[in-house]
Amino acid sequence: MPDLIVTVNHKVGLHARPAALFVQTAAKFKCSIKVTVGERTANAKSILSVLTLGAGQGAVLAIHAEGEDADQALAALGALVRSNFGEEG
Amino acid sequence: MKILRGVAASPGIAHGPAFQFRQPSVHVKPVTVEDSAAEWRRFEAALHLAKQQLAEIYGSGRGELADIFRAHALMLEDPELLEAVRSTIQERSLNAEAALSKAAEAYVQALESLGDEYLRARAVDVRDVTNRLLRILVGATENSAAGLKAPSIILAGDLTPSDTLHLERSLVLGFCTAEGGATSHVAILARGMGRPALVGVGSDVLAVPSGTPVVLDGNEGVLLVDPDPDVVTAYLSRQAEAAASLSEARQHSHELTYTRDGHRVEILANIGSEEEAQAALQAGAEGVGLLRTEFLYMRSQGLPGEEEQYRAYRSIVGVFGQRPVILRTLDIGGDKPLAYLDLPQEANPFLGQRGIRLCLKRPDLIRPQLRAALRAAHGGNLKLMFPMVASVAEVRAARGLVEACRAELQAEGHSLASRLEIGVMVETPAAGLMADKLAAEVDFFSIGTNDLSQYTMAADRTNAEVASLTAGPQPAVLRLIASVVAAAHQRAKRVGLCGELASDLATIPVLVGLGLDELSMSGAVIPLAKHVIRTLTLDQVQDLARRALEATSADEVLRLVAERVPAVREFLSRA
Repeated sequence: MPDLIVTVNHKVGLHARPAALFVQTAAKFKCSIKVTVGERTANAKSILSVLTLGAGQGAVLAIHAEGEDADQALAALGALVRSNFGEEG
Repeated sequence: MKILRGVAASPGIAHGPAFQFRQPSVHVKPVTVEDSAAEWRRFEAALHLAKQQLAEIYGSGRGELADIFRAHALMLEDPELLEAVRSTIQERSLNAEAALSKAAEAYVQALESLGDEYLRARAVDVRDVTNRLLRILVGATENSAAGLKAPSIILAGDLTPSDTLHLERSLVLGFCTAEGGATSHVAILARGMGRPALVGVGSDVLAVPSGTPVVLDGNEGVLLVDPDPDVVTAYLSRQAEAAASLSEARQHSHELTYTRDGHRVEILANIGSEEEAQAALQAGAEGVGLLRTEFLYMRSQGLPGEEEQYRAYRSIVGVFGQRPVILRTLDIGGDKPLAYLDLPQEANPFLGQRGIRLCLKRPDLIRPQLRAALRAAHGGNLKLMFPMVASVAEVRAARGLVEACRAELQAEGHSLASRLEIGVMVETPAAGLMADKLAAEVDFFSIGTNDLSQYTMAADRTNAEVASLTAGPQPAVLRLIASVVAAAHQRAKRVGLCGELASDLATIPVLVGLGLDELSMSGAVIPLAKHVIRTLTLDQVQDLARRALEATSADEVLRLVAERVPAVREFLSRA
């Protein structure tokens, strides 16, 4: 049951384009993926569920994946968030 | 006359009849279905059609419009939403319309309850997507914009992206909504359409009957309902003035730039490719204040050779004739790596081997560039400048390299310009503080405010957590700029500024007041920057600069500009 903790640095938080990219990335994997911010937990493959997390800039995401490709899913989501959703530099 | 106030969401002024736009409401009745599997298939068919419609409406959109489309498409694929609909249809034998309304409403309420303007706008998205599906399911065809026959100002509770895009563009003069904030869709779409918009006005706007004459002021954020004729006249003349000053800015963009009392400021362009050279010239650039040369290095698989660089520089110099082109030598390092150069990983790349530091360590990287630049300078007005300088020794070493290349080329029989001006970028606090000594070594300075702000404020400009420390005209940076200008002028050397600050219309009066001889900016800003400078007087901006140096924050500097330079404020609010 791998877990990953990562901080959202993007100025709009986990909303708009970052949220869409996050959900699209999660949807590529077979495993079930949950993302928790504070006391709220969401299905990482559901845009509506992710939006209701209200994760703004600086939010700390705890991502939990279960299933055959869980490790790859966490690696991909971690890389996406750390790269500031592809807007580095 | 009645005045309604709201949030100015898209600039401009519109005058015309009001048109009350009402969302087509779909009446949903809960019904028990016998074959729940068939009901789910009906829902899936509606989903399929909705996706097709989305692709048609948004298909050609780019940027913000594409983002809206992507969000809606993701909602139609949302596994949680679809599962909620599926289980309600299956377990409670409810019809698809009722199952969808119920599931979607839960999300609308969750998003609205978070008390965040952005998320409230997403609740509108959920409604938009849901309505689209419901209309398909019930076979609705009514068109809520059917009554719109003459150019009008659209009044509504809120407008979904679909509503906005379905309206006949030529019949829309502007938008005014009861709900929404500056980031709601109607704001984004209105700006994209070039129409003024006012949002968050409150329910009073819904009481204005269709056909009532209104004036919508998207600059000040007011809606005048049934205005007095003299008020309308005043607004219309302001509207005409705004249009005139923009077109005037473009008309005079190729003339040299002087303040009202005759102080000359050179307006140059920042470019990073041959294509941009042409565009900058057309925009009115009097030369190039910053030619970034990394493009040659990025587009190659390996280091670009001397001939390739010579041709590129030659063509850019050719575009500008006898006007100056300031070439910045290769500015790479740990923060801007090149894939084919195996540079060592550094713990602090911004404080590591960047710019001139790397080039002095690896002269093989810069020699072909210096040779190419020296050759391309013949017959034109090319100048060289070195990035990331922190000490006098670096400047001397770099000049030594240039002289060595010059001697080689002469020995090889190349014809060279008799003189080539050499300058440095001031982007480290060290260079700023040593400007009096550096001025003795160089022909000119160019202040790079992006890096200078980052190093002065000790705040990584790529780190969002501390980005506000480097944003705007920071007084600490302005003080450094002032001392660099003084040091340069003491030795009769020219000093320019080529960072993002020079592209900020509100900061330009301060920069002119600080005595910068040249401002180099992105081509698109040039006509407006020239226009702004022509409204200033030297006395006025020198006084402004003195006050800015005593300010305690970037916000205070911008407030000073707004107070002391009404022409700029007026212009910015119209532009």
